Amino acid sequence: MKGMTVIVKTITKLLCGLIFLYGIYIIAHGHLTPGGGFAGGVIIAASFILLILAFGSEEFKEQMGYLYSSIFESVGGLLFLLIALFGLLLGISFFYNFLPKGKLFMLFSSGIIPLCNLAIGIKVGAGLFAIFLAIAASRFIIKE
Amino acid sequence: MIELYILLIVAIGAGIVAVEIKDLLASAISLGVVGFSVAIMFILVQAPDLAIVQIVVEVLTVIIFVGVILKTTHIDTTWTKEKEIRDYLAKGIFAFFAIFFLTFSLLAFKELPGFGKPIMKIASHYLIKGFEEIKAANQVAAVILDFRGYDTLGEATVLFTSVIGVLTILRKIGKTK
Amino acid sequence: MLPYIGCIILFLIGIYAILTKRNIIKIAIGFCLLEYAVNLFFALIGYKKGSLAPIYTQINQQRNFVDPIPQALVLTAIVIGLGTTALLLSVAIRLHEKYKTFDIKEIKRLKE
Repeated sequence: MKGMTVIVKTITKLLCGLIFLYGIYIIAHGHLTPGGGFAGGVIIAASFILLILAFGSEEFKEQMGYLYSSIFESVGGLLFLLIALFGLLLGISFFYNFLPKGKLFMLFSSGIIPLCNLAIGIKVGAGLFAIFLAIAASRFIIKE
Repeated sequence: MIELYILLIVAIGAGIVAVEIKDLLASAISLGVVGFSVAIMFILVQAPDLAIVQIVVEVLTVIIFVGVILKTTHIDTTWTKEKEIRDYLAKGIFAFFAIFFLTFSLLAFKELPGFGKPIMKIASHYLIKGFEEIKAANQVAAVILDFRGYDTLGEATVLFTSVIGVLTILRKIGKTK
Repeated sequence: MLPYIGCIILFLIGIYAILTKRNIIKIAIGFCLLEYAVNLFFALIGYKKGSLAPIYTQINQQRNFVDPIPQALVLTAIVIGLGTTALLLSVAIRLHEKYKTFDIKEIKRLKE
């Protein structure tokens, strides 16, 4: 698909970093304010999709896009599973909350919830970006 | 809650427009109107987590629909073909099913506790325990990651499977344009 | 009980689109409407009149919250709905490449 006009390109250059930062903020404060892993993950995917929609898919290396999103999605899923298995290694149960709980309303509090939010955020963001690349922005033609 | 009923009427009207209109781009935009009014209804029933996720997911759905429509056909849908006996049979089956479903659902709604008065037997226990033992301020995050963490693992698996499915179906072996 | 009947009507519009339309894009729109209606129904069940969102803001707050369990169930269902719609649309793209049309009455013969 082709890119858009000069106005859209200038505004996108200024805004895409701020949207990415907003997504990271919603993931990190998932246990204090509304949001969490899923909301932050889809916002991160939306910032990358905005970049491709504004500048067109002509100058985008598609193979590297597939490679990096596959790596990040697998890392996110495996991290979530490892955090869950850690409680089993300690001998109590699956998904046991083993980190110290801390004080109320602090950023490093309430056990494994911030780590799980981070893993799910990475996984959902990379997965939705790979879906968009395959459906709407691919440039390959089929070999007859 | 008069705003809830107004938004429900807007959503139903946009749904009928999205299904019946002949132009494909217009029906994709009407789907966006339905999703947006559902997101505002989520705010009115005091669920801010759901509103954030619903707005972004609805925008991504409309983008994917428009991407598919602009890539394949710009022209409208197929409504000039003649109607066979199978089309009338399908409409008859739908009417039968709709009457059946409406009757039984109206009978079942008498058993529900009514709009605005839920029975919170387990939820009151979760609300107290989530604040004093886990020390999390957001109770919905405490429910999905600590009390019901196994369901979140199942959801991660389903999302992974759907991404693998899309990338396998649309795999193209060839040269770039 | 009146908001529940609105959700049921949206659900029936989605089933009407799946059963009687001949274009695959219209069938995909019907699936999407089905997902929106069911998520809305679940979120409306947990509402309590005159309550707040289930987030604590002070140390000793009066506990007057809506039900958090239906919200936790719907939160993952919304993202799964996006995955399902994407899978259906990828099948539609493949069918258009092979048969050059979106009509389901003509997609019947096996391509030689």
